[in-house]
Amino acid sequence: MNGQRASQRISGRQGRGQGFGPPMVIPVQKAKDFKGTIKRLMGYLRSRRYQLLVVFLTALLSTIFSIVSPKIMGMAITRLFENVMAKYKGLPGAGIDFNYILHILLILGGLYIFSSSFSFLQHYIMAGVAQKVVYDLRKEVHQKLSRLPLKFFDSRAYGEILSRVINDIDNISSTMQHSLTQLITSIVTLLGVIVMMLSISPLMTLMLILILPLSFIITRIITARSQNYFLGQQKALGELNGHVEEMYSGHLVIKAFGHEDRSIAKFDDINEKLYQSGWRALFISGIIMPLMNFINNIGYVLVCVVGGVLVTRRAIQIGDVQAFITYARQFSQPINQAANIANIIQSTIASAERVFELLDEQEEVPEDPAAKIILSPKGEITFENVKFSYNKESKLIENMNIDVKQGQTIAIVGPTGAGKTTLVNLLMRFYEIDGGTITIDGVSISKLKRGNLRSLFGMVLQDTWLFSGTIRDNIAYGREGSTEEEIIKAAKAAYADYFIRTLPNGYDTILNEEASNISQGQKQLLTIARAILADPAILILDEATSSVDTRTEVCIQKAMNELRKGRTSFVIAHRLSTVRDADLILVMNHGQVIEKGSHNELLAKGGFYADLYNSQFTAGDIRTLDKIC
Amino acid sequence: MIRLFSFLKPHRFSVVLVLLLIFLQSLAELYLPTLMSDIVDIGIIKGDIPYILKTGGLMLFVAAGGMTCAFMASFSSAKVSAGFGQILRGQVFSHVENFSFQEFDKIGTASLITRTTNDITQVQQVVTMMLRMMVRAPMMCIGGIIMAVSKDAKLSLVIIVVIPILVAAIFAVISRSLPLFKVMQLKLDRLNLVLRESLTGIRVIRAFNRIEYEQRRFDTANLDLTGTAIKVNKVMAALMPVMMLILNFSIIGVIWFGSIRIDTEGIQVGDLMAFIQYATQILFSLIMFSMLIVMIPRASVSAARINEVLDMTPEIKDITRVKHTGTQSGYVEFKNVTFSYPDAEKPVLAGISFEARPGEITAIIGGTGSGKSTLINLIPRFYDIDSGSILVGGVDVRELPQDGLRLKIGLIPQKAVLFTGTIADNIRYGKEDASDEEVRHAAEIAQAIDFISGMQDGFNAVIAQGGMNLSGGQKQRLAIARALVRKPEIYLFDDSFSALDYKTDAKLRAALKKETIDATVIIVTQRVSTAIYADKIIVLDQGRIAGIGNHRELMGSCKVYREIVSSQLLEEEIA
Repeated sequence: MNGQRASQRISGRQGRGQGFGPPMVIPVQKAKDFKGTIKRLMGYLRSRRYQLLVVFLTALLSTIFSIVSPKIMGMAITRLFENVMAKYKGLPGAGIDFNYILHILLILGGLYIFSSSFSFLQHYIMAGVAQKVVYDLRKEVHQKLSRLPLKFFDSRAYGEILSRVINDIDNISSTMQHSLTQLITSIVTLLGVIVMMLSISPLMTLMLILILPLSFIITRIITARSQNYFLGQQKALGELNGHVEEMYSGHLVIKAFGHEDRSIAKFDDINEKLYQSGWRALFISGIIMPLMNFINNIGYVLVCVVGGVLVTRRAIQIGDVQAFITYARQFSQPINQAANIANIIQSTIASAERVFELLDEQEEVPEDPAAKIILSPKGEITFENVKFSYNKESKLIENMNIDVKQGQTIAIVGPTGAGKTTLVNLLMRFYEIDGGTITIDGVSISKLKRGNLRSLFGMVLQDTWLFSGTIRDNIAYGREGSTEEEIIKAAKAAYADYFIRTLPNGYDTILNEEASNISQGQKQLLTIARAILADPAILILDEATSSVDTRTEVCIQKAMNELRKGRTSFVIAHRLSTVRDADLILVMNHGQVIEKGSHNELLAKGGFYADLYNSQFTAGDIRTLDKIC
Repeated sequence: MIRLFSFLKPHRFSVVLVLLLIFLQSLAELYLPTLMSDIVDIGIIKGDIPYILKTGGLMLFVAAGGMTCAFMASFSSAKVSAGFGQILRGQVFSHVENFSFQEFDKIGTASLITRTTNDITQVQQVVTMMLRMMVRAPMMCIGGIIMAVSKDAKLSLVIIVVIPILVAAIFAVISRSLPLFKVMQLKLDRLNLVLRESLTGIRVIRAFNRIEYEQRRFDTANLDLTGTAIKVNKVMAALMPVMMLILNFSIIGVIWFGSIRIDTEGIQVGDLMAFIQYATQILFSLIMFSMLIVMIPRASVSAARINEVLDMTPEIKDITRVKHTGTQSGYVEFKNVTFSYPDAEKPVLAGISFEARPGEITAIIGGTGSGKSTLINLIPRFYDIDSGSILVGGVDVRELPQDGLRLKIGLIPQKAVLFTGTIADNIRYGKEDASDEEVRHAAEIAQAIDFISGMQDGFNAVIAQGGMNLSGGQKQRLAIARALVRKPEIYLFDDSFSALDYKTDAKLRAALKKETIDATVIIVTQRVSTAIYADKIIVLDQGRIAGIGNHRELMGSCKVYREIVSSQLLEEEIA
């Protein structure tokens, strides 16, 4: 795992997690095509439009009820006040009008119950809608991934794809769950409250609206100020994470050279930097809330003072002041959140855009509807005038012609690793060729069903891929529905049975996430067992034995020789010992096939291969070895 | 989670200060409705406009005071939570740096990295949120009750009764949703894992035609996650409405009982209005609290993972009275050593006895899993053995200080790990105060000088993280130079020539021979051609010694060795 990928992963997770979080100042990512993306995202909601309609309606109703209730409550207060004033003035028959108040309170109670029930309904239904949309989206993305060519995966960091499928979709999910309904209720509340406030006192409403820009300006200033510290924090965190990653991966070397203290000292250095920019960022973002609060309080004071004066002049009722105070609170909430909601929506649309970008990637060439299937493969392969390159600038393969008979072994050798996997990519049709044809048993691979084509091959790749699960499951991956007996037989054939049995739980040993509980060589043995179990017509051994030492290699070679009988095999290896029996050797350098022929032919030619071969043993070595023989 | 709060200890005064400031701020916030009630009860009833204005001024002053408190609270809490993160990070990192390999193997490097980085960030975020917003709820409750009681003790009973009901309601919802949130987190991790595996294994999946299988696997995880997410959100859907309902009914209660008290006790309407606002403020702070509490499950998963790391104590420690130097410099001896990895059924090495002397080359050859690398790792005491003893310089390694022991050793590991920095930095890693001359000399012997001088900045060329801009062979040669510059008594080569082509390999060995003439050299190798030169070859087979001797002796006496040799001679026959 390289640092860049890790820090990507880390910063990815740092964004909004579950959506319940409080407002935070996060650098906002901007969407490129805001409208288009929203439209497309809405498309996912279309199939659930009835449920959404219900959500909208319930949101509307619950908001309207909650807007009406302060005004009604104010009526009770006003009546109370009038009664008290009457008593104060000593009017006859003065007293509290309990009947009226009870009446009002009953109405209020009813409204509250309605409002809460609708609000519950709204969230309840939205839970189903939002999560199912996200489920669909994840599924669609995953299916899309399975249709993308390998070119796509080879040119991208896994962390980036992961972050799109997990973090970005998670982001969309929480926005749908929370922010979407919040947006609706905010807008309705804002409009409703303004109407109610205007009906009470246009003057006070105007005052409240006038102090609003203050909060916008303040947020703007502070956000701009804090951005620097946040960037500094992000940078320090990235540096810190990089250091941790490097030190932990190099733990052996650190220990061996006794550098623990130095590593800790450097860590402390970066940690201090992180602290310095961290607390500043936290402080500045932390004062936004109190500032907003203060502005709201100014509004509150204005309402109290102006309201009080107006009441004394009989312009409004005392209950209206109480109602207005509630409205001011309801009013400021969406306003205060506006910036936050805007950020959330921006980043959600940016997330959606990244997900859609992935969904729009060019897929593998579609399968010919009349694609053929080879039922009993022989494993004869031909390359005719095959042309291929990864990019237009450098041509890799030009007019390559190979003719491989059933059961032959082709060795691919060369000093650099790059380029040798190219043949695998072409054979398995992981990449499309630019010209010519590759045929298997006389059928062009472009006319074969992909699934069928790949089932003809068994391969052991350079990077051993095992998934977290039992060893048994990992071997059984080679063929669906294989029996216990077959699995053990395959393990034995790959000389893996012995080490598996020394593990604490034998075949039931669960490989951990990094499969770090077994050695590299053992991993390779497992992948060999998996290939053996698959029992394919054609074998591809990609440096199959590079991590296994010579003695084990001999054992594996014996097994492989047995396995290779009757099968066509391509062996990619550094080791010349493995190419000795090859019927044909392809010599690759800088990704190009530069020589081909048998071992003796190539030696006689005295070219690149001969050089490579001769450099393996110095004269001294050969003399010594002669003596041994 | 709670355990980690002990890291707040150095900041405990600041924490108390934050609490105090937030309490003051809450009081200021609550004092505003009190002042408002004065406007109503005195100003309005008497029609005293100057009084109203004066009180309004006082309110502004109180509000400003509250803001000042909030500012100071934000300042302290920012320092506290950033400091918390700093201390925790530092602790975890230095703790892990002292881990032996036993602990590294147990948790896994990648997991340790996330625990030190992401998990701590996660926990720190929660601490920030707690200090910033969550502590407000109890402060508001206390302040609100004080204010209410001082206004009218009897009427405040409504609020005092409602708070526990509200807390109980929050508890009812949260206690159901928290476990679900935890489960959801696990399921999200699972989905992450499945996806990551299907990305890293893309070639294998396609080659084995298991696309559909992977899709089923992903779909299962996806469906599972969605199910839990729906459930948890449905439970959470009840939270807000229920709280609002309780809040609103308590206001109805305040108005009703307030009217009665206005009638009988003659309290003021303004007081009633103040009460309504106290209730609103208290309850809103509780609502905020309950919204934030869902952040805790994610953080507590992280906290548990961090605690797991902190709970691990390095199994290898220096004994209290260490011996410093042995008499026989560079001399390595294994006496009937048996070693097994933790939890393994069978020992990896059993009954190993041999000695390696200064001026000699000892080669160790053997099959996969035969324990070659393990054997090498026992010498710098990366692991402690089960029985027997390993002597370095005549002293048992367990009696030597670890740093002293490792100072005698130059290890060249199988995987050449380099660090960010220049080439010279990396070579100096072996010896911090090495002169330029020493660095150059080491690079020359390691056959690295050619490619170093080929680089634009020579020794000052910067190596990218993980040495990505170098080839495997170049990295290996730098790793060798790094050990050489140390001029150790003992060289341990753990299959360190594997990425070199044979020509360089031969040149390097010739140069090394002169350099290491007085040192003890132990080489793990797979190539017979390397082992042939050794003064002593130790043949390992399944954790036991199958033979010791020089090449000629072993050819005669050791079957395992003959097998190895013959496998490599295949190449020779054709030539």
